[in-house]
Amino acid sequence: MADLPYRIVIGLEVHVQLLTQTKLFCGCSTRFGQPPNSATCPVCLGLPGALPVMNRRAFDLAVKAALALNCRIASFTKWDRKNYYYPDLPKNYQISQYDLPFSSDGHLDIQTPEGTKRIGIIRAHLEEDAGKLLHEEGGSGKDSLVDLNRTGTPLLEIVSQPELSAPEEAKAYLEELRLLLKALEISDCEMQEGSLRCDANVNIHVPHADGVAATPIVEVKNLNSFRAVERAIKFEANRQYGQFQSDGKKLGDRGVSKATAGWDDVRGVTVVQRRKEEASDYRYFPDPDLVPIEVDSAWIAEVRALLGELPAAQRTRLQSQYALSAYDTEVITRQGRPFVAYFEELARGCGDAAEAKNWLTNEILQTLNDRKSDVRAFPQPADAIAELIREAKATGLNKQRARDVYAHMVSEGGTAKEVIKKLGFTPVTDEGQLRDIVRRAMAANAKAVTDFKNGKVKAADAIKGAVMRETKGMARTEMVQQILLEELQRA
Amino acid sequence: MSLTVDDTRWVAHLARLQLADAELATMTRQLGAILDYVTQLQQARTDNVEPLAHPLPIHNVFRDDSPAPSLSVDAALANAPQRRDNFFAVPAVLD
Amino acid sequence: MIEHTAADLLATLRKGDGSAESLTGAFLDAIRQRDTRVRAFLHVDEAAALEKAHDIDARRKRGEPLGALAGIPVAVKDVLCTAGQRTTCGSKVLQSFVPPYDAHVISRLRRADAVLIGKTNMDEFAMGSSTENSAYQITRNPWELACTPGGSSGGSAAAVAACETPLALGSDTGGSIRQPASLCGVVGLKPTYGRVSRFGLVAFASSLDQVGPLTHDVRDAALLLEVIAGHDARDSTSVDRPVPKYTRTLDDPVQPLTIGVPREYFGAGLDGEVEQAVRAALKVYEKAGTKLLDVSLPYSQYAVATYYVVATAEASSNLARYDGVHYGHRAAKHDDLIDLYCRSRGEGFGAEVKRRIMLGTYVLSSGYKDAYYVKSLQVRRLIKDDFDRAFAQCDVIAGPVSPTAAFRLGDRSDDPLAMYLSDIYTISANLSGIAGISIPCGFTKGGLPIGLQLQAPPFEEEKLLRVARMHERATDWHTRRPKL
Ligand SMILES: [Zn+2]
Repeated sequence: MADLPYRIVIGLEVHVQLLTQTKLFCGCSTRFGQPPNSATCPVCLGLPGALPVMNRRAFDLAVKAALALNCRIASFTKWDRKNYYYPDLPKNYQISQYDLPFSSDGHLDIQTPEGTKRIGIIRAHLEEDAGKLLHEEGGSGKDSLVDLNRTGTPLLEIVSQPELSAPEEAKAYLEELRLLLKALEISDCEMQEGSLRCDANVNIHVPHADGVAATPIVEVKNLNSFRAVERAIKFEANRQYGQFQSDGKKLGDRGVSKATAGWDDVRGVTVVQRRKEEASDYRYFPDPDLVPIEVDSAWIAEVRALLGELPAAQRTRLQSQYALSAYDTEVITRQGRPFVAYFEELARGCGDAAEAKNWLTNEILQTLNDRKSDVRAFPQPADAIAELIREAKATGLNKQRARDVYAHMVSEGGTAKEVIKKLGFTPVTDEGQLRDIVRRAMAANAKAVTDFKNGKVKAADAIKGAVMRETKGMARTEMVQQILLEELQRA
Repeated sequence: MSLTVDDTRWVAHLARLQLADAELATMTRQLGAILDYVTQLQQARTDNVEPLAHPLPIHNVFRDDSPAPSLSVDAALANAPQRRDNFFAVPAVLD
Repeated sequence: MIEHTAADLLATLRKGDGSAESLTGAFLDAIRQRDTRVRAFLHVDEAAALEKAHDIDARRKRGEPLGALAGIPVAVKDVLCTAGQRTTCGSKVLQSFVPPYDAHVISRLRRADAVLIGKTNMDEFAMGSSTENSAYQITRNPWELACTPGGSSGGSAAAVAACETPLALGSDTGGSIRQPASLCGVVGLKPTYGRVSRFGLVAFASSLDQVGPLTHDVRDAALLLEVIAGHDARDSTSVDRPVPKYTRTLDDPVQPLTIGVPREYFGAGLDGEVEQAVRAALKVYEKAGTKLLDVSLPYSQYAVATYYVVATAEASSNLARYDGVHYGHRAAKHDDLIDLYCRSRGEGFGAEVKRRIMLGTYVLSSGYKDAYYVKSLQVRRLIKDDFDRAFAQCDVIAGPVSPTAAFRLGDRSDDPLAMYLSDIYTISANLSGIAGISIPCGFTKGGLPIGLQLQAPPFEEEKLLRVARMHERATDWHTRRPKL
């Protein structure tokens, strides 16, 4: 980044859907992918006379997230109405939090090439989601269609300080945030399903003769993947630099206000939108249908007790306790808490953290990826895989055979011992038996023996191959090698 | 304080209310009169007075996160002025 | 029979004299004969009412347990959602709106075996003091058809006064139960905010709205309140407190009793005849050994201004949903989405509703919110503090309900501010959340009813009803019925 002629300043506004069963203010299901308009009721349809009642679990989850983000929890918080007209918002106001959010002043540590960097969190507040608009393709092309299933789903909005200074940092922030929220089962953070959404406030600081000039802030929306966030910020910063060089407009200049841009992922460009004149006049006021929330220290303590070990602390501990590299720790923790728990059980069970790590990050992760499933749905418990690792080591089962046993255990079931027996992988360890096999193989490959004697060392491989075939690979390679050498010298 | 027709037009836009020109003039006059009356609030001394949004000091009212039956799709759409398949239809929304 | 109170009718039915079906039939006849003149009802569902009454008779015959209002007709202001039955709020916007659910109080009435006889007329979205703001019809005062029944629950008040129903429900945001009760010579009670669930009450101003009874006398008000009051988990502002058996203690006088008489309620603007009747009512109490205490509510001078900021601010947001997208009126012609919003709302709302939406939008808008909205909430607290101070010295507060008796239809429709100012004695109760009742206390020389207002601290309905009943037992104003 050092070679850019400007410094990028990024603040992220992240919305995550909370993992509740029901909506924020009514009992409708929040499940993704239900048939259109099948999860609605008078409350979330905004029918006349219907009233909201707050979902306690949503608030608890939000407090949990805020505590994990080191935020201060307000002792008094309330609900406000944000008034604006949009067809996916049936009441034409969104129930949100304005001047007294339930939490503020937190931080999240991220890893950068320069080391750990602390990113401030301005605030986190709760609000209700809007519905979905589908734009009719083709046909008359004149209508938009409204699906209100998502209306009222609890959203946590997390606003960072403008302290991210590179697109890569923005991505790292989002990854760390996702890891944290997934680990705590606050949100599943699926960008594809919209359970994590991100807007980026971007501007640049350009050094010049009299100091540093800041360009007007642009809020970039429609970022549908972490990669899109990175690309969009990179593009937008560059665009602002070009713009600044041509018009010289600075933040705070008369008539300059915050603009909104959409990210076009296909074309790879940000498109600055025409400013909606009244966009800023949301006429916030306290929602009279809802009552305030008072949070005491006992409540906070109760939620804090549920936090457990947060990813940052976990990483440090895993590295030192199991002598893992930073990279391996990252791979494991990124998969979430159940995966880490599996690793720890496996490491304990087989008594070899390095082996446990290898199996986990290679075979097991591969299986999970192939199956698009989670470690919680993995068919073999950690102690079963631990047994496989122990058996393989004890019997000298080679890596390929061990993998075969693993594959069988995963697809067909059975313990490591059972499968080894079933597949006929019981090792040949009797030296006399093995020597007989070697001798037979030498007799059958007389030419190879002659070639070896004439100095063609490679010729021994043919004999070795025959031995391995005979033993179905169940002889230890080193032992075969040893006996073969002895017999060849003797021949 | 005096309210102009432009102010009224702006507020009508915020409120998404179509007002005919004649209505706009009457509205400006009537709103102006009411606002003049309401301005007397400024005479009340309210230093350090906490705003009262709720008449009663109720707080922490919650429900459990347990699902309740939703309406059927037909019931949800029964009052829709324009229904297309299982959606509410509106004129195209331009982003 | 139609002139009887609900309590008397219940006693008759319990004795086995007559049937719920014949009783309902009698009230339906009265509606047929009288309502062409009074115009209190927007919808009457004769078949459903008779069927319900018939069912109750059958259950009574079988000896099954019946609810507290078994077989008694109840009229409901058209601001309360009734499942499968049109609920218009007196607005063109909701002309064809059929709610898929019952309001909480409607469920309570059904459970009490009441006969829901019809939906009554009202000022559009409960905004008004004369019921002239209905998009559908103008309701007339049964005592003088050229006069207003008051509003916004004018239909419910007129229906009871005209003996078209013994019981009715209204809603009160700034006096909308008490003022029409006063103007129609019936009893109207606004319960404490939170005493009755607002679930299914179409909102005007959520922090002020409350559902309450309109009846011939205080006993019936106690009876109906007992049925509708109580906690409802679907309304976050509904308070979880036991509901006293109001009917059981009703006839116990409150002794000793101190009635606060605010000097601000007897100032300029109060009609002489009204003042006379109210003072006479106070004399009735004094004679019974009650202490009258001069109290002051100094901030009541700001009540109207405060109210018209708070109520319209909330209303501007509450009524944003009527946009022609998900339900309600949609303009036939429109250029685009914003045009659809503006036209649907422009066509669907009447002048008063538009005025209040405009005012509410303005006072919340950027640059004005602090000066108007926030300031009004501060003054609101001062108004409430006034009451707290006064109630430290007295049990209830008494005064007029409305500065004048019923005025002639059309008299104030050109001057919105004059209409607003007539709410001066009632709106403080909504701003402070306290309970208030209007009971008949006399007539003008022209034969128009006058009401006495009694106000009590939050959740003191039991005391309020007992104090009201003391006056009722000493007078006979509540037994008068108009000739129709
Ligand atoms: Zn719902």
